Amino acid sequence: MDMLALAQWLSATPLSAAIQNALWLIPLLQTIHILAIAMVISSIFMIDLRVLRIATSQPMPDTARRFVPWIWTGLVLLALSGATLIVGEPERSLPNPAFQIKMLLLALAIAVTGAFQASLRREPAPSERADQSRRMTSVLAVSALVLWCAIVVAGRWIAYIKAT
Amino acid sequence: MESVLPVLQWLEGSALAVTITESDWVFPAIETVHVLALALVIGTVCVVDLRLLGWASPKWPYRQLVRETLPWTWAAFGFSVATGSLMFITQAVEYYQNTAFRIKMLLIMLAGINMVAFELITAREAAKWDHGMPVPPAAKLAATLSLMFWVSIVFFGRRIGFTMIPE
Repeated sequence: MDMLALAQWLSATPLSAAIQNALWLIPLLQTIHILAIAMVISSIFMIDLRVLRIATSQPMPDTARRFVPWIWTGLVLLALSGATLIVGEPERSLPNPAFQIKMLLLALAIAVTGAFQASLRREPAPSERADQSRRMTSVLAVSALVLWCAIVVAGRWIAYIKAT
Repeated sequence: MESVLPVLQWLEGSALAVTITESDWVFPAIETVHVLALALVIGTVCVVDLRLLGWASPKWPYRQLVRETLPWTWAAFGFSVATGSLMFITQAVEYYQNTAFRIKMLLIMLAGINMVAFELITAREAAKWDHGMPVPPAAKLAATLSLMFWVSIVFFGRRIGFTMIPE
């Protein structure tokens, strides 16, 4: 798909113009985007503290139940604010390699986070020892945090890399 | 302004500030760490505030929650201040004069005062209510103010980005 052509087409739409011209909308959307980032990253962070046995006052299932929903809520907010920002400034994002890398990392992060959630629910296979299963959960949890942080890095870099 | 100006100019001219400004990637890298750090500050503060408001984790004893959360808030805050300071010195004069920056600093101070006041006054009695008894109104007020302050801090932080002229 030709991102540049898509971006140019989008930027000519009335919706895009409306978003750009609503004076406070883009800063407001970016603020929501940052708050949603805080929601996602802090939730995974709190889960990782438990997974890594750094925080131990609550059992793992309670910690997961407490924080996992916030990851997905945050993701919805990120998607909504992000999509609106893209429509408002398509040429800044769509053809930009940093943005494209960010989207790739996002797909990975969602997959890993989903796998982490699944690993919490399943019982270890008879051939698998409980500590192996737990280790898998830990690896997924930490990988998820690393990926979400990488998304933030790529996101910041959009402003500094010129589109191809 | 007059008495501060030489200090700000000295900061801007410092070897550290110049190094950051002259590099293509150092400032963005510092800014990125700033975003990650502030994400953790806000997120962990929200864990505490939502608990106080009774909107989340009602069964998690308050003092246990705080013991496992607040140290990270402070660590992340430290990183935010460090990265913020490094960014500040690169355009010290202009940041100092930037309205959004000033409002943001004021809000951070207010958030800090709110937290200290809560710790010194309301949290003293936490043993009485941290196992699920209704949280006292004063604590709920502190939590509400805290959330309002931090959301505003993010907003004005973004405003700085929109109102500063880049080097």
